[in-house]
Amino acid sequence: MNEYAIEVNNVSMLFNLSSERIDNIKEYIIKKIHRKLTFENFYALKNVSFNVEKGDAVAIIGDNGSGKSTLLKVLAGIYKPTTGTATVRGSISPLIELGAGFDMELTGRENVYLNGLMLGYSKRFIRDNFNDIVEFASLWDFIDIPLKNYSSGMLARLGFAISTIVKPDILIVDEILAVGDIVFQRKCNKKMQELMSGGTTLLLVSHDLNEIRRICNKAVWIHQGGVVKIGEVSEVCNAYSDLR
Amino acid sequence: MNIYIRKFWSYKDLLFELVNRDIKLKYRRSFLGYLWTLLNPLFIMLITTAVFSQIFRFSVENYPIYILSGQIIFTFFSESTTTAMNSILGNASFLRKIYVPKYIFPVSRVISSFVNLLFALVAMIIMMVIFKVPITWHILFIPLPLICIFLFCTGLGLILSVLAVYFRDVIHIYNVLLTGLMYFTPLFYPVDILPNVIFKLMHINPMYHFVTYFRSLLYMGEFPSLEQNILCMGISLSFLLIGLAFFKERQSKFVLYI
Repeated sequence: MNEYAIEVNNVSMLFNLSSERIDNIKEYIIKKIHRKLTFENFYALKNVSFNVEKGDAVAIIGDNGSGKSTLLKVLAGIYKPTTGTATVRGSISPLIELGAGFDMELTGRENVYLNGLMLGYSKRFIRDNFNDIVEFASLWDFIDIPLKNYSSGMLARLGFAISTIVKPDILIVDEILAVGDIVFQRKCNKKMQELMSGGTTLLLVSHDLNEIRRICNKAVWIHQGGVVKIGEVSEVCNAYSDLR
Repeated sequence: MNIYIRKFWSYKDLLFELVNRDIKLKYRRSFLGYLWTLLNPLFIMLITTAVFSQIFRFSVENYPIYILSGQIIFTFFSESTTTAMNSILGNASFLRKIYVPKYIFPVSRVISSFVNLLFALVAMIIMMVIFKVPITWHILFIPLPLICIFLFCTGLGLILSVLAVYFRDVIHIYNVLLTGLMYFTPLFYPVDILPNVIFKLMHINPMYHFVTYFRSLLYMGEFPSLEQNILCMGISLSFLLIGLAFFKERQSKFVLYI
């Protein structure tokens, strides 16, 4: 069976960038009466289609604001596409943003549980793997202090450690690893290689073309919400760096 | 349908954790901790009894228990729906960044309040013993009205949580409505002091039916009529279904507004 791990079919994502934010009834009614309820429609993604085979490591490149993160959020199920379909086969571990799914007031320990539960792990599973998670993030000294006192590198470490404790079918990494120190980046790379050799499909957003060339085998270049080029990693990276 | 149930089940640990956190946070750094869930309704009962029995002089048998039985139901109603209403906005940081079934936040708030209600129920039974109000076998049926009210509040909470995302006014309007509804529900006064017109009008208030049902079992010691049973279950089920449908319809859109 040659099923794709990810199928993105004509996905468009429409945001209403209303010039003024309307969140109370009075304004809504007044604007409605005056027919001023105009929304500036903005397509963050326009007819994006591509497929990812199982075991591929796909880089998503493009300028800031080109729609990379929106695409990842659609794949993670946070956004539902306005039109089109995005099918993801298998379990998915999304590392979308720094500190996603963390409560900054709670301690590291409490957050391991909270975040793990939000990823759909059972409580028993988290308890059994708690030591491994903290060990991988090397955060033993800070595990009982609130997350608001963590550095961004420490947050990234904790997030990565929790999401990769299971072998996900699909791992999404959105440039958060860049904030980790060199020791941790090496550790992460090793872990990603390990997962990939186990059959995990990787989706990586990064601006570091060297890193992308090293880790990925395919690449998708997105510009202003549309796919510009898709193919082998060297091809797409060369085309992108030539233009920029 | 099966998928929904399986998905719900796989997130049960998260639901439990959220409820646990709500309750823990509520009593964090308080000296008496969980004891407050018992003490709170008792103190409120003492105050309202003092005020209403001295000033208005209603002749109701076992007046403190009459008040308490209405009070704990209404407190659950207002607390659960208010916190559920704010739950989507309050957890925006999670919903924007990670996929979780969104209904889990309003539902967890209703469950947290329900746990408080159970504590308050214990307080009430203790008071019934102290005031020597006869406790009859009807008390065994107490889960019936509790489930009805729980489902009702879940449905209403789901609707409010979505509305609050689109219009923040809803939060303020609802607070006013709650105060109005509190006086429009026979919590402190007996219904027989009401003019007939107002009494008839009161039947459109769902809380009137729930409070009456609950009181007949605990306070009056009699089983509610078939009509009352059908009415209460009908109200709660229809609110639940409307709430679920309303929420499901809009859940993929409101992420863009929080």
